[in-house]
Amino acid sequence: MSRSGRIAIVLGLLACAVFMIVWVAMNFVGSEPGTVSYLTAQAPGAPVHLVMQTDGVVGTGAHPTWVSYRIQTPKTHVFVHTALVELPANSMIDVTIYQFDSGSPLRNQFFGRVTGTIGQVAKLNGKTFKVLNSYDTPNGQGVGHTFTVPSLNINVPLEGNNTSKPTFCTKGPCSPVTQEHTTTTFAFRTPSFSGNFRFQCFIPCGAGHYAGNAGPMQTLGYMGGFLEVRA
Amino acid sequence: MSDDIESQGWTRAPAGPTAGTGARREPHHFRRLFAMWFVVSLAGDLVWWFVVGPHVPPGTMTTQARGAQFDFNVLFLASWVVVSGVCIYLGYAFYQWRASRGGPDPVGGPAASSNVRVQTIWITTTTLIVIAAFIFGTVQLILPQGAGGGEGPDPIWKPTSDKVLPIQVIAQQWKFTYRYPTFGGMETSTLVIPADTWIAFHVTSIDVIHDFWAYQLGVKADANPDVDDVAYVHTSGQLGSFTVRCDELCGIWHGAMFDYGKVVTKTQFMAWGSRTERANADNTKYLPPFAWTYVPTANTTTGVTADTSGQAPYSRIEKYGATPAKKTVTSPKTTSSTFTTT
Repeated sequence: MSRSGRIAIVLGLLACAVFMIVWVAMNFVGSEPGTVSYLTAQAPGAPVHLVMQTDGVVGTGAHPTWVSYRIQTPKTHVFVHTALVELPANSMIDVTIYQFDSGSPLRNQFFGRVTGTIGQVAKLNGKTFKVLNSYDTPNGQGVGHTFTVPSLNINVPLEGNNTSKPTFCTKGPCSPVTQEHTTTTFAFRTPSFSGNFRFQCFIPCGAGHYAGNAGPMQTLGYMGGFLEVRA
Repeated sequence: MSDDIESQGWTRAPAGPTAGTGARREPHHFRRLFAMWFVVSLAGDLVWWFVVGPHVPPGTMTTQARGAQFDFNVLFLASWVVVSGVCIYLGYAFYQWRASRGGPDPVGGPAASSNVRVQTIWITTTTLIVIAAFIFGTVQLILPQGAGGGEGPDPIWKPTSDKVLPIQVIAQQWKFTYRYPTFGGMETSTLVIPADTWIAFHVTSIDVIHDFWAYQLGVKADANPDVDDVAYVHTSGQLGSFTVRCDELCGIWHGAMFDYGKVVTKTQFMAWGSRTERANADNTKYLPPFAWTYVPTANTTTGVTADTSGQAPYSRIEKYGATPAKKTVTSPKTTSSTFTTT
């Protein structure tokens, strides 16, 4: 082969390698879910009303059958498929979580206890509780998910739903107006300093994966995300 | 070959101001090297032992950590003697036997190609160092009771104290929790331990393989599902916090799987334990009965806890969860997940 031919092959392979590296990098950068910001959603010092939902089937995106958190935008009130949310520091956060997924016993009943919230309590459908016995929840449906922020010691179990109900949500985003769900409310205060605080579900909900802990449990934006606290 | 070398004059002093009046007297290189090596190695070892050594990780919070620190320091002292000797020789050779500008290339004389005496001393010395390190490491692995490493479900060594505090370490993706059979089987997210006490960490997992690494305690034990990996430590009188990390890559939040424990006085520990037991009682009753491995499917609709009534707070480890009559708990969900608490 001539010298120019060899050079052409080398340059061609080099171009392919560069293209693949750029393609992987762009996909990696573009794969991070969006962030819903609650930084300016209310007057300074006023409580933040954070609204979320947990779907049994997210319905969209690369993994439409996975479970996921969704976060409501404060202005348009649309549930966005993400688990990244910006919150102001040193603020009271009033949280409402609409839980649409089915439930089961917790893998570790330790996470049946409410911790880290104001008063160490939460409300399930308007009724205050401290502990959910995941084998004997008020509606008998076990626990669907938990909202847990380990570094802030926040843990709130979210009761599951009956899949046999005709209004059981089978594709997200689900409607808290027309579809079967439980409503859990609680409040907590964000730290006075900036930081990203990991939150995740502590009941393995990656069905079809070993120990239920892969898939959506291992993917940012599904059953794990960050409270991005900004001072 | 040697004739050629000899003819170049490089086994003798190079030509210099004394050329023509006879060869320059060769200095006693070994004495010089020995003197420099002795001073540097002794000074380095003394500085390390008295200044740096007391601060070497993992510290002195437990007997096992202190043992690890001692091992690191001893190995450093030994290695510094070797390293300083090699470096000094290298530097000396670079300087003393360097080529002069414009002169002939330096070559070694006959003694540089083979010296049985030097070779014998070198091989003997290095062999003795390696054997000594082997013996020291083996002995030290046993003397500080396994140095706090996970010793498996059936440790070959157990503390002779009759006041061992058992704590179950439960790893799961992605958080450690801790169960205290001493306090009614309560489970906490905070690891609090008393000073000056033998502690038995029973490390297990409820999903994948993790690793319990309590850094300043000198403890590192694998957390395997359905395995009770035991690691013993004896806390010193040093109070304060320590770091707990997962040291086995276990998924997306592996890097965030850490927390901080605390060593407190015995009085503070008992007060904390009693207070936390009362505060957690409403959830503890729903936990599965205490067992040395954590079987999630052993939960029942009503929940059962181990009977620890009548047991002293610091009973022998064998009494915790072991003395009650054998009790079989069957999972309400699966028929194959029957286990026995002993």
